[in-house]
Amino acid sequence: MTSTWKDLLIILISSSLVSNVVLSQFLGLCPFLGVSKKVETAAGMGTAVIFVITLASAVAGVIYKFVLVPLDITYLQTIVFILVIAALVQFVEMVLKKFMPGLYVALGVYLPLITTNCAVLGVALTNVQKNYGILTGIVNGFATAAGFTVAIVILAGIREKMEYNDVPQSFKGMPIVLVTAGLMAIAFCGFAGLIRG
Amino acid sequence: MNSAGERLYNGIVKENPTLVLMLGMCPTLAVTTSAINGLGMGLTTMVVLAMSNAIISLLRNIIPDKVRIPAFIVIIASFVTVVQMVLQAYLPTLNDALGLYIPLIVVNCIILGRAEAYASKNPVIPSFFDGVGMGLGFSVSLTCIGAIREILGAGEVFGVHIMPASYVPFSIFVMAPGAFFVLAVLTALQNKVKINGEKKGRDMSKIQSGCSSDCMNCADSGCSHRFYGESKEGEVK
Repeated sequence: MTSTWKDLLIILISSSLVSNVVLSQFLGLCPFLGVSKKVETAAGMGTAVIFVITLASAVAGVIYKFVLVPLDITYLQTIVFILVIAALVQFVEMVLKKFMPGLYVALGVYLPLITTNCAVLGVALTNVQKNYGILTGIVNGFATAAGFTVAIVILAGIREKMEYNDVPQSFKGMPIVLVTAGLMAIAFCGFAGLIRG
Repeated sequence: MNSAGERLYNGIVKENPTLVLMLGMCPTLAVTTSAINGLGMGLTTMVVLAMSNAIISLLRNIIPDKVRIPAFIVIIASFVTVVQMVLQAYLPTLNDALGLYIPLIVVNCIILGRAEAYASKNPVIPSFFDGVGMGLGFSVSLTCIGAIREILGAGEVFGVHIMPASYVPFSIFVMAPGAFFVLAVLTALQNKVKINGEKKGRDMSKIQSGCSSDCMNCADSGCSHRFYGESKEGEVK
């Protein structure tokens, strides 16, 4: 499938804003709710997610096209993808530790949390379901992760302000964060008109 | 002691995965646009959970401790693939409605959590019923959440119109934001129960608040973090 710049741009916008991975597809909720207390850590988590998802969609795309399809075992995609992602995250962690200690210190703590993040597997599977080529898949992965980063940083910003608010006792903690996320989801519904069809 | 009935009760009421333990939030929010979707997702998860629990329990003495998590994931992923194929063949409409969330059952914290916490330590029969109980608990809660969203958002339950004709549905409740609001109210109720219980001096430590404190907890319930934590400690030593 050859894709033009226009197609890639549409995927970039629709995956990051219109069908935002957390706010409209509910993937990667755990880190979204868990690591969004401070803007700084949220941005760190976001960067790690962009890094891993972009890499994972590239690797999963290559494996799908050159291993699963030729051998006619595409029904094994779920098993193969999850193992590849787990191995990849371990590998990235080791490489970063060895060669880029600075980056490892910044992203290291978040990496183990990403393995079971359903967003990573979700993107790999979406790429296959929508018949994206490898390049399109990478763009889709990057855009999805960028959408995640935008959402988590905004939520963290709101939560930092919310610290000073008087919240009813039973709504403290998780419930009020969920209400905030719901309001953000309404706001993101506004992007729906950006792309037709 | 570990009778089948006790396991079922434990899964449905005492340790209800959604309402008490707050596990598996992604599918909970995503597929509960209607009661029937919630029920379908719950039952699909139950089948995978019961089967994988039984097999993991059978193999618990064979699987080496160090590679148990990858082994569990392969077993779970195999069952998910089987179930997905069965759904594609016999229930294509449900398969289309649940879409991407069926293969994503693999990363559902509940399944890996039960494998680690129960099936890897107990005999086959109780493990199987533990899976069925947890799965039923998950189904019941998903159906309830789905029904609430369907009533508010479309005035229907299982596709049957029940609200008076003058009722104008809040369509926001069947859309993405509605899921967050329903879950927010649900967790607030859970907090309320917890606070009241603690005031009366009852032990409420079973009730988790999901990812509220920090994400370590959450990954911990899925056991992935525990796994990595252990392997890292090993390296340090």
